[in-house]
Amino acid sequence: MSGHSNYVPKTGFERWLDARLPVARLAYDSLIDFPTPKNLNYWYTFGGILALCLGIQLATGIVLAMHYVPHVDHAFASIERIMRDVNYGWLVRYMHSNGASMFFIAVYAHMFRGLYYGSYKAPRELLWILGCVIYLLMMATAFMGYVLPWGQMSFHGAVVITNLFGALPIIGESITTWLWGGFAVDNATLNRFFSLHYLMPFMIAGVVILHVWALHVTGNNNPTGVQVQSKADTVPFHPYYTVKDGFAIAVFMLMFAAFVFFNPNALGHPDNYIPANPLVTPAHIVPEWYFLPFYAILRAVPDKLMGVLLMFGAIAVLFILPWLDTSRVKSLRYRPTTRMYFFIFVVACFILGLCGARLPDEHVIPGLKTFQLLDADLNSMVWLSRFATAYYFAYFLIVLPVMGLSETPLDQPKSISEPILSPSAALPAGAAASPEKRG
Amino acid sequence: MAGANPENGAGGDDPSRRDFIHIAAGAAAAGAAVTIAWPLVDQMNPAGDTLALASVEFDLTKVELGQSVTIKWRGKPLFIRHRTGAEIAAAIKDDNAPMRDPQTDEVRHKPGKAEWLVLIGTCTHLGCVPTFGGGDYQGWFCPCHGSHYDTSGRIRKGPAPTNLAVPEYAFVSDTMVKVG
Repeated sequence: MSGHSNYVPKTGFERWLDARLPVARLAYDSLIDFPTPKNLNYWYTFGGILALCLGIQLATGIVLAMHYVPHVDHAFASIERIMRDVNYGWLVRYMHSNGASMFFIAVYAHMFRGLYYGSYKAPRELLWILGCVIYLLMMATAFMGYVLPWGQMSFHGAVVITNLFGALPIIGESITTWLWGGFAVDNATLNRFFSLHYLMPFMIAGVVILHVWALHVTGNNNPTGVQVQSKADTVPFHPYYTVKDGFAIAVFMLMFAAFVFFNPNALGHPDNYIPANPLVTPAHIVPEWYFLPFYAILRAVPDKLMGVLLMFGAIAVLFILPWLDTSRVKSLRYRPTTRMYFFIFVVACFILGLCGARLPDEHVIPGLKTFQLLDADLNSMVWLSRFATAYYFAYFLIVLPVMGLSETPLDQPKSISEPILSPSAALPAGAAASPEKRG
Repeated sequence: MAGANPENGAGGDDPSRRDFIHIAAGAAAAGAAVTIAWPLVDQMNPAGDTLALASVEFDLTKVELGQSVTIKWRGKPLFIRHRTGAEIAAAIKDDNAPMRDPQTDEVRHKPGKAEWLVLIGTCTHLGCVPTFGGGDYQGWFCPCHGSHYDTSGRIRKGPAPTNLAVPEYAFVSDTMVKVG
């Protein structure tokens, strides 16, 4: 994919194949001989972990579809049958439901890594945008998948999310009716969600191919953010990163297995084991944990339409991020002030997640009553989520554009190898070089 | 572009004629694509049998004074409430109170039938089902995002933009309503 190829067919069959369909050459160039920066740390292993997550979701999902019945009268019972009667059905379903959470843990780590090391900056804008498209498809897929068991949370989650589109002026009502295929979330809705839930992972796989293609054109970013300049800066992907990714995958699988085998419902909600009842809404409805920050943004705004727009805006802003960050320096290692704002941003994301899980009027500090500010007590989840929402947008729309122009970055190394090969060179704080000489 | 093609001269074709054929063929293909796309989009709209189930009749004698019944209409809950005098009085008293979606109680029931309130039982915020008797206004309260409705089903506090919707309905007799 990227220029020169070192593939030499060894056997007669390989030569025959290479002249007709050079798949072996493609695999050799992109998985074995691919020149990779030699300083990638463990934050760079989440790409491989994500590929595995997609594979697990596809494999377990195809199996589940063999036993699941997408009908309002049978969906819940068919899931229970998978859990109780189908051979290893419990294992496949728990892998699939926890796999979704693992997928999002990995994708969030992957995205924060990209934000920290400036992996969205030129020449990797399209690579980043393709990643955002994958993330958007993942969210749609996960949402529709959560509806399929047709429990109380499934049903009312589907009602709330599809009603978000009803907030749009004029066309809102026609759009929700069109999405539902009726006047409410019902059998038609369940059927189409099943169909789309099966389709979308293959769309994700397609965009993943483009994502990896784009990666192999520009090459990996790396913790210094300095472009690869010579062969001295790189090592072949195999065995160096196949082994490193493999180790990370093994550790990640330990966590995955701990959830599947020891606490498979820890990330779910007990109300979803009650069959859907359109006439009764559960007292406290929350989305799955990976949507909580966006749910908090939605609820932070008292106006329905504005809340919906802001929630979608929180994702839309990621698409234009490459042009919002004005700095010429990629890695936050060399931008100490922006780095501080970045860590506050990470905290703000976690705070939004926390707020999304709680009731808006709940106190942040228990028992402390402050004063009424507009529509709620200042010491309430809704005000905390407003501050965090403001910071979320300010980070992208104010901090990154302004800091790029005003901050004086630290000196970057001239190349990836320079700080390693000449340890006497001035090193920025946090860059660990020649660890054997320390302490 | 077509003019630069030497075949045009050789064949004696008028270049503008070839351009016309290109544009006409392209337009026909685009038109065909749109015509076939529309059925694929419209199939997701409510089907004939779904639309056929769009009205229900309900016998009001089943609802005691001060009680309400929830029935399913078009897949959604429908509240049929037999209001007490106190509820009606509370609703009328607040007719001029500041409201997000101002409406008098009178326009929310049929003339002379103030005791019968027929409402679509989905919160106008994001579609959850409010419960009766909660909230600050003794009407409905939505547990999802905290919208408070009064005894006339009007939004008084919380994120919902409009009052609980009154469906299209009529009294077919003194004790029978037809909704839809």
